[in-house]
Amino acid sequence: MTATSGMGRLGIDIGGTFTDIALELGGERFTSKVLTTGNRPVDACLVGLRRVMQASGAAPADIAVVIHGTTLATNAIIERQGAVTALVTTRGFRDTIEIGTEGRPEQYDINILKPLPLVPRRRRFTVAERLDSKGNVLLALDEAGLEDLLPHLDASGAEALAIGFINAYVNADHERRARRFFRRRRPHWSISISSDVSPEFREFERFSTTCANAYLQPLMSRYLAAFEGELRALGYACPLLLMLSSGGLTSVDTARDFPVRLIESGPAGGAIFAGGIARRIGLAGAISFDMGGTTAKICMLDGGTAQTSRRFEVGRVYRFRKDSGLPIRIPVIDMVEIGAGGGSIAHVDELDRLAVGPRSAGADPGPACYRRGGRDFTVTDANLLMGRIDPLGFAGGAIRLSMEAAQRAVNEGVGLALGLDEAVAAFGTTEVVCENMASATRVHAIESGKNANDRAMIAFGGAAPLHVCQLADKLGVNRIIIPQDAGVGSAVGFLRAPISYELVQTVYESLDAFDYRRANRICAGMEAAARRHVEVGAGRRANLTVRRKAYMRYAGQGHEIAVSVPVERFDAGASGMLQALFDREYRKVFGRNVGGVAGGEIVSWSVDVASEPFCEPAAAPFLPPDGEPSMRQVFDTASRQLLSFAVVARHRLAPGCTLPGPAIIHEAETSIVVSSAFAARVLAHGDIELQRMAAR
Amino acid sequence: MQDLDRIRRQLIWSRLISAIEEQAQTVMRTAFSQSVRECGDLSAGVFNRRGEMIAQAVTGTPGHVNAMAICVRHFVDRFPIDTMRPGDVFCTNDPWLSVGHYHDVTVVTPAFYKGRAVGLLANTCHIVDMGGRGLGPDARQVYEEGINIPIMHLAREGRINEDLMGILRTNVRNAGDMEGDFYAMMNCNDDGARRLAAMLEEFGLADIEAIGDTIMAQSRKRVEAAIADIPDGVYEHVSELDGFEAPIRIRCRLTVAGSAMAIDYSGSSPASPYGINVVSNFCLAYTVFGVNCIIAPNIPCNAGSIGVVQVSAPAGCILNVQRPMPVSARHVIGQMLPDVVFGCLAQAIPDRVPAEGAGAMWNPMLRGGRMAVDPAVAAQAEEPGPDYDVILFNTGGTGGRPTMDGLTTTAFPSGVRTPPVEAVEARFPVIIWRKEFREDSGGAGLYRGGLGQVLEIGGAGDAPFTVAAMFDRTWRAAEGRHGGRDGKAGVVCTTSGDILKSKGRQTIGSGERLVLELPGGGGYGPPADRDPQRVRDDVIDGLVSVDSARQDYGVELTPELDVDLARTQQRRQDIRKAGE
Repeated sequence: MTATSGMGRLGIDIGGTFTDIALELGGERFTSKVLTTGNRPVDACLVGLRRVMQASGAAPADIAVVIHGTTLATNAIIERQGAVTALVTTRGFRDTIEIGTEGRPEQYDINILKPLPLVPRRRRFTVAERLDSKGNVLLALDEAGLEDLLPHLDASGAEALAIGFINAYVNADHERRARRFFRRRRPHWSISISSDVSPEFREFERFSTTCANAYLQPLMSRYLAAFEGELRALGYACPLLLMLSSGGLTSVDTARDFPVRLIESGPAGGAIFAGGIARRIGLAGAISFDMGGTTAKICMLDGGTAQTSRRFEVGRVYRFRKDSGLPIRIPVIDMVEIGAGGGSIAHVDELDRLAVGPRSAGADPGPACYRRGGRDFTVTDANLLMGRIDPLGFAGGAIRLSMEAAQRAVNEGVGLALGLDEAVAAFGTTEVVCENMASATRVHAIESGKNANDRAMIAFGGAAPLHVCQLADKLGVNRIIIPQDAGVGSAVGFLRAPISYELVQTVYESLDAFDYRRANRICAGMEAAARRHVEVGAGRRANLTVRRKAYMRYAGQGHEIAVSVPVERFDAGASGMLQALFDREYRKVFGRNVGGVAGGEIVSWSVDVASEPFCEPAAAPFLPPDGEPSMRQVFDTASRQLLSFAVVARHRLAPGCTLPGPAIIHEAETSIVVSSAFAARVLAHGDIELQRMAAR
Repeated sequence: MQDLDRIRRQLIWSRLISAIEEQAQTVMRTAFSQSVRECGDLSAGVFNRRGEMIAQAVTGTPGHVNAMAICVRHFVDRFPIDTMRPGDVFCTNDPWLSVGHYHDVTVVTPAFYKGRAVGLLANTCHIVDMGGRGLGPDARQVYEEGINIPIMHLAREGRINEDLMGILRTNVRNAGDMEGDFYAMMNCNDDGARRLAAMLEEFGLADIEAIGDTIMAQSRKRVEAAIADIPDGVYEHVSELDGFEAPIRIRCRLTVAGSAMAIDYSGSSPASPYGINVVSNFCLAYTVFGVNCIIAPNIPCNAGSIGVVQVSAPAGCILNVQRPMPVSARHVIGQMLPDVVFGCLAQAIPDRVPAEGAGAMWNPMLRGGRMAVDPAVAAQAEEPGPDYDVILFNTGGTGGRPTMDGLTTTAFPSGVRTPPVEAVEARFPVIIWRKEFREDSGGAGLYRGGLGQVLEIGGAGDAPFTVAAMFDRTWRAAEGRHGGRDGKAGVVCTTSGDILKSKGRQTIGSGERLVLELPGGGGYGPPADRDPQRVRDDVIDGLVSVDSARQDYGVELTPELDVDLARTQQRRQDIRKAGE
């Protein structure tokens, strides 16, 4: 292995159910998938690691970088396993993180639940201080008041402290002084301040994000130290990088300071994976579609870049509804996640309609056909009844599926109540789950001013290849890509991610009175700070790309839109240039401008510094075809009837092969269902492209 | 194949709701005024050719939706659908035809498919200023409350009605925001119309008449079945509200006979001389919402599900006010109607109905500047500050629920959200000094009422300003249910302790601050039945005082705030005995 010594790249994705590992070395890729070990996630990771290292014959010295993503941060919040955290905030605002938006996630249900804040009221404290929206001091910080809080904070048992003051996004002085005070007096506490973690306006979201950061910090620090220690003990001396929710990579130090940025890093890896595929194939617009056992995640990609946002919610407590989770305001890959997966349960709603999800049978007890005690009729059972899944070949043959159990479940669960026969009930179940995903996709597209139907779809995750033709029909999508190694997409995605860091800062700037000197000063400061984070991992001489965005709106208007702006220094003509860029972007998103009514204003600046993304290795080898394909009866959703499907193994399809639908292409972790409306073709890298045969 | 058709119909239904949700999201993203974009004070729906609502967006507020549902028929009456042309857009804000006050503007756009009008898209948004006195209850006639737009063209074949726009621009305080909102409302209907046409194409339909009839019939049937589950009978309840110059009585008589339900408000107070009166559309909207959220919460909202319950109120009473009485602050009465309906339903289905809550939102309309405040105050002030108008949305607590505590600081029945303090302060010269829970305001109960909040608001630089107060439950608190205690009533005052009126515009002088203490929800079930550990938790969190734990819940705590079980048992026995 001398030729490739020190060139290997290792991706490790610890998910809730599975731990995926991908190694790229010498133009080859090796992967493994093992069950996550709940108590000590490192254990499963080491097992998987040994497997890929053995398969590749590599030694730790061959590895140049380890890239890691984990659901640990997400789970710690959902399961409330984080540190005992206290909040110190402006007097009069003790309850900001619990008052929230004062709205309800659903209008008609009187029994709704709202998310509990991470810091309960008994550990929320206030101090006299107040800034106005320009950052002027209305009331000086009462340092003696901080002293008075110490005994209460000690008694609360807090090991982590969040500090969030009103209007601190314009002036961080009070927060910094408070941090200095507590650092001096209680050096062992982890302290997060809102002007560092999320310097944007909207106090509820900023404080909530800051509390989440403090809440995660002790746990993630310990975890990262232990993880790094294990790697070093095994002889891996290479840098360890962490996957961020924004789809970039960062150093262990930055991850320790801002663990909130690790939330949802696994799914972000999936979107980066899709982005790599889109770039390689040259897809201008794409939708990544990642469907697993419990949820489906959908993300818009343009030019191979995943759409980003600055806000998301974690731990939604009410049917995945908006406003039922804790808001986190950080740079993030913008995904919509809904309760639609292989384990989603079908039932009859109050209007005698067939409904699917969001409740899921999960992996335990799992779908009825697993025969592990589950009796509910799930999407996987429906696929089995439709003939899409081979009862003997599921999960590489690991679980034998029971047709009888699925039949019993469909009749008990929905068929008898609705008077539908098994075939129609099964088809209907997949139709409803696909319709749910299609609606979510469309609403997500409109929220970002995009269209779904002029895009190609990139499908990965265990359940996506089964449903993607059916979903594409609903969205009017004509081209689908099912990449190689779709089952471990996130871990492979980690290997494609650039080392990057994005900062967002709220600064109001009216274009009528644009202070270009101030804008230059702020952007330069943000860029320097972002560079410091990136250079830790990428090195000082790395070739870095800087991107700058202005979040703009018409003066007084609600949502701001992201406008890419040149990174050059602004001069006296900048205001006209910015207005023109904004007008163009606004027209693109909303169809028309609101001319003559109001000028533009900038709400926030964003600066993103990134290294170059990493390239794909060559394709995996293929076996020659082994005679005629076998045939199977499968319900075809395009023609709505049972048809004879050709069944072939994916590893016997060499690049250039074509296969018209109806067909099933099976592989170890999933099956690709090619409906009668599509034809499959294997691309150069082994990715499979499905093209609609007669585009409508 | 018939089975497959059933699945298909169901998919079309889902698709309609999703299309309309996209429409609502569009208007929220593009609106100018804070009330729509940050607070969600809007609604959107799709209607058939007869002007019947087939589907509504999940996003939105009930008062808008249900009133808009009725309003669109008036458009079709005025402009028969086959006379409408592509690019036409219609609008109105007539309180009696639409949503009950001038601020809520409804915009209706016909959707065309293959050259024929196949349905209508509508949305209603709250526009911050429509002229006149501005939002507030002080007017004596509707003419004072702003400018009325009869049902008319907002655009003709794609060209904006400049005559209308010209009149509006010169009659409102912030023409830019108003016009921007009108554009956003037109945009979002266009978007909905495009989605509707695409859907017809995909499913091979000519229009939505047949599918709409199925949707309405199916929804109607389910609401009727839900009513049939309620014991037949006549249930009466009377609520008393603060009112403006005199208390208001709402008498509600709810009759269940088989699968039919009728609600009549005969015997309620006559119209107020001030602008807190409710038009029949708005009365129906919140009455039906109150019924449906108890008996049919999962039935999608459409003309079928809304049309089952028959609602009536005598002409001229406060719930069916006639022109030209003032109506601007009608939400303070209208948003109380679900609680009134709950009072009746609780007699019929006692274990499904929560206690009363704060009800109407507390939305102070603040106005600053030399022309706003009392001339005497303005003359005294060194710097009266710039002119501005801003409305804040704030909530009290909801009532304790049959199996859970009420919700603290949560809107009900309104679906509106509060704007962030930092967003308000960045745009308007006000300082919000305090916005936090109001201790002990939730009514004691087995399930405690939600807490209200306390707000303290001042002018930037201590400038004077005025508040148009339109708050209720300051005299009569939210009542508990089944032995639960009442929530705390609201208080309107200043930091120097002056008690203000709960209705009407008043000046807050230089250096003074407005203090609002919002009502809590009533408790559900006897407080002495509440788990003592939960009472202790509430005390530790400062939601309930040690005194209230003892007095109301019969929970005795040690100085370390642990439950003293022996003394608690004794005290609870005494409480129960006293109650017998």
